Amino acid sequence: MEFSATNHESGVVVVRVEGQLIVGNRQELKALIQDALDEGKRRFLIDFMNTGYIDSSGLGALVSISKKIRDQGGKLRLAGLNEDLRSLFELTKLDTLFAIDASTDQALAMF
Amino acid sequence: MTAPLKLCVRRTDVPTPSGPAVEVSVALPSDVRFIEEAVELMARHCFAGYRASSRLRFRLQVTLSEALANAIICGNGQDPEKQVTIRAHSAADEIELVVTDEGFGFDPDRVATSGAVTEVESQCGRGLFLIRHLADRVAYNAEGNSICITLARHP
Repeated sequence: MEFSATNHESGVVVVRVEGQLIVGNRQELKALIQDALDEGKRRFLIDFMNTGYIDSSGLGALVSISKKIRDQGGKLRLAGLNEDLRSLFELTKLDTLFAIDASTDQALAMF
Repeated sequence: MTAPLKLCVRRTDVPTPSGPAVEVSVALPSDVRFIEEAVELMARHCFAGYRASSRLRFRLQVTLSEALANAIICGNGQDPEKQVTIRAHSAADEIELVVTDEGFGFDPDRVATSGAVTEVESQCGRGLFLIRHLADRVAYNAEGNSICITLARHP
């Protein structure tokens, strides 16, 4: 399974990206987040600890997700980015758009 | 999904100055669902017999994924009758990836040199930008329907 969502006891929805986030599967992630928003969830953490690579479409999907969550008054944090993945965010300046934490524990503490 | 990829691996008979090289070619349908498997196939063959850093592997995966997405979506318009071909030349000093579509091509000079999106919150426009920043060299054919990405093994 490439994306999985669990409800943390704090109320935060933790979404794990297993494998790649690319043009071929980005819509699945967007749909997963949209379903959670429709259920009334407002706080999201996307965990990239087990992610291989992200392409520009994947980055675009994250931007779209960020907007949707923000428009609903919610919060989004990202965690678990390794050095390579982090470099993509820095190259594209998306590190200025997203709240990025080193680990899920640190991210959960920031909500 | 079982991808109907046609994989052809050929080792060159003529040694290069830097040692033996491997030629790998793959043809895939114009469907973005095949990108991930095609990238993994090429990575597996390009790195077979070589010690590759995780950074080099990452650069190959992202740049090839971007080039394939451009070829399938922009080049072939996701036309199921058209194919995208990948030809890789994997040598001791560098990896060369050539991705070719059946489209009319584009003028890379008409895409901003940096390719950087001017608005951080834009949802598109980062593909060529990432290729240009992660590759050591990028070149196009005259028609603009083929991109050649070079990755040095020891940058």
